[in-house]
Amino acid sequence: MKHLLEINNLVIEARTGENWKPVIKGVDLVLDRGEVLGLIGESGAGKSTLGLAAMAYTRTGCRIASGSILYGDRDLTKLSKREQRKLRGAKIAYVAQSAAASFNPAHKLIHQFAELPVQHGVMSYAEAEKKAIDLYRRLHLPDPERIGYRYPHQVSGGQLQRAMVAMAMAGDPDIIIFDEPTTALDVTTQIEVLAAIKEVIQAQQTAAIYITHDLAVVAQLADRIMVLRYGDLVEEGEARELLENPQKEYTRDLISIRSLREDKDVLARKTDAILEIKGVSAAYLPGAPVVRDIDLTITPKKTVAVVGESGSGKTTLARVVTGLLPPYEGRIVFDGQELSADLKNRDLEVLRRMQMVYQMPDVALNPRQKIRRIIGRPLEFYFGMTGKAQEERILELLDMVELPARYISRYPSELSGGEKQRICIARALAANPDLIICDEVTSALDQLVAEGILELLQELQNELGVSYLFITHDLATVKAIADEIVVMLKGRIVEQGVKREILKPPHHEYTELLLSSVPEMDPDWLDNLLEERQESTLH
Amino acid sequence: MKTNTSIILRRLGLGVVTLLVISILIFVGVEALPGDLAEAVLGQSATPETVEAFRKELKLDLPPHVRYFSWLGSFLRGDFGTSLANGRPIADLIGWRFSNTLFLAGITALISIPFAVGLGILAALYRNTLFDRSISIGTLSAISFPEFFVAYILIAIFSVQLTMFPSMSNIGPQMTLLQKIHAVALPCLTLTLVVMAHMMRMTRAAIINVLTSPFIEMARLKGLSWRRVILHHAFPNALSPIINVVVLNLAYLVVGVVVVEVVFVYPGLGQLLVDSVAKRDIPVVQASGLIFAFTYVFLNLTADILSTLSNPRLRNPK
Repeated sequence: MKHLLEINNLVIEARTGENWKPVIKGVDLVLDRGEVLGLIGESGAGKSTLGLAAMAYTRTGCRIASGSILYGDRDLTKLSKREQRKLRGAKIAYVAQSAAASFNPAHKLIHQFAELPVQHGVMSYAEAEKKAIDLYRRLHLPDPERIGYRYPHQVSGGQLQRAMVAMAMAGDPDIIIFDEPTTALDVTTQIEVLAAIKEVIQAQQTAAIYITHDLAVVAQLADRIMVLRYGDLVEEGEARELLENPQKEYTRDLISIRSLREDKDVLARKTDAILEIKGVSAAYLPGAPVVRDIDLTITPKKTVAVVGESGSGKTTLARVVTGLLPPYEGRIVFDGQELSADLKNRDLEVLRRMQMVYQMPDVALNPRQKIRRIIGRPLEFYFGMTGKAQEERILELLDMVELPARYISRYPSELSGGEKQRICIARALAANPDLIICDEVTSALDQLVAEGILELLQELQNELGVSYLFITHDLATVKAIADEIVVMLKGRIVEQGVKREILKPPHHEYTELLLSSVPEMDPDWLDNLLEERQESTLH
Repeated sequence: MKTNTSIILRRLGLGVVTLLVISILIFVGVEALPGDLAEAVLGQSATPETVEAFRKELKLDLPPHVRYFSWLGSFLRGDFGTSLANGRPIADLIGWRFSNTLFLAGITALISIPFAVGLGILAALYRNTLFDRSISIGTLSAISFPEFFVAYILIAIFSVQLTMFPSMSNIGPQMTLLQKIHAVALPCLTLTLVVMAHMMRMTRAAIINVLTSPFIEMARLKGLSWRRVILHHAFPNALSPIINVVVLNLAYLVVGVVVVEVVFVYPGLGQLLVDSVAKRDIPVVQASGLIFAFTYVFLNLTADILSTLSNPRLRNPK
């Protein structure tokens, strides 16, 4: 049988300085009509590059070196630019990771939708408009008749992502490339988008390549899965079979990190709290509180995880604790001593004992300073440590975060994302803190790397007895690391307690929603969940 | 909409404050000059008594702040005072010259802005080609020469060699529009060459800057032509810096043309300013200074407001 799309021995190279280095190293791929192929792997595996190559498109600095891309009986690599352009959007369409960045802020959604079929000359504007409204309705966008006449910034993230799926379908393409379309979304929003995508591509019998780093997400949609690593195919197979019976070590690793780890020993010892937040409310603008009536206690050697969707006030809470945003109400007590609300009035000792690790290690490290200076600075600032003593301590800290001693004279740009985050942790540890506030420290990292960071944090807690205030939207992380869980919604705490109790039913309604929205490896999970939710709304 | 209006109102307020500060600076600056109007008019041979009497007549014996407010007050009522050199009302001296200056600036703007923005778009469209490089080099060399030099070169070519245009750009009310345009052709060309480079390069840079955005990649993956990507997707998002540099150059066309007006003996405000400085005709200098300042502030204000409005997020609030 003839395949819809057939990629043979494709090699794509990226320019590094003067040389061209292969990033896709001879990959084969076939896609049949109506089939959904999942491409998974960590960042840098070449998933997006391969996905875009299916449109004969390479990003700046990349080129297709050899191999063929057959669509029907035409080799896309041999077509002229003009012919390639005619296929793009019309026959093979693309859904980008961040709809917020990929919609043009200057034009209305429906105009951007209609542009595709009108420019390709398959529809008049009026027809395209009608089609847009129809697709908006089928993707369950609210107010489908009018939502298209809004600008991108006037629509929420999840809605925008669905509008982008609609736009990809505007030209009735044979193939849609989904490039991590739900990665930037909250778990609860992710479900809506996933369900909408699944419904629409099944109805249209559109073939799709679904790119993601999240196996559980791809399990819901894909018929077949390809696992990529370093530009090479690791393993390929029917979705169910690959998930149940992975052949390769790497695939097994990817799957296993989803499973829930052993509960940590949670003896409810009554010790003195290291941090108490009492009735705190804070706002950026007067009269519009972002967090309200927060009560929270962290005891030594414990990890308290704060979970919630974006906009629930988690990061604001961290800013309040650190004193960056003085609350207008409530008290913060640190080790029995009430802290002044404003950072400026806190003494050095308090600053030292409370450290922070940020979400984006890339921007949290000064790119122009070597690791020696980055970690050495807090040693000098808090302890006046210089010279040989400082050097020794830096090496000790690098050892603690499991990085080799030679990194001391490197720049951050010479390190990978996970290594950078380890440097951030070492910098926090340099101050000998009692509490580290971790703000989404693993969300910018790949699964396996994130896993390593979580393990490291755990070990450090066992060794050093430091407490963590762990902010995250990822429930898998919470399950892995927390002793206590605080669930936040719209700036308020809706549920809090020991992990085992929070994760055990009955839950607060919102906790239930969050928990049930975390994708599971089971390919039937999404269907079952949607069915359940539908039933419960019917009753 | 409320935020938009409040932004604009705040800008307007700031503009008024800037103008007040400038008026104080002009007044103080003139005040700080050695000697005063009376001495300047009567010359060095005047006796102290005559100077004193003349001061009284001009109300120069009043304290500075009183004189400042009365000067500002009459200025606001449109009474610019009288020239010391020939005793005519300043409004009559300035009025037609200022409109001449605006005429030259306007013609230049009409030619140079579309031309510069168009070339900038083309340069972005054919980035790093021979075409891009040659217009880059061309406009840059034009801006690198001093404007009087460009002016004399143009006179040498177009009025001495080819005798196409006059080297003296004298225009008067009896001339038709076509005659006027013919007369100002050379100063207009000089100014165009001087202001083009900025605008063209900013347009190119602003568009190229936008080209790295994900929505440009999206537009290309929709299979749109490169031209449509640039014009429809990149250009509207590059407007804000372009508007700013265009208006800055407009302001230069009104305020900075003094040298060009002198070279071409063009009866504009710049020429008058130079003459008045030479004659120590201080009220005229003050009035022209304030008019220039007003133009500058007004145009910058327009730029601020337009570039705010070019942002769709601000134009269409949630």
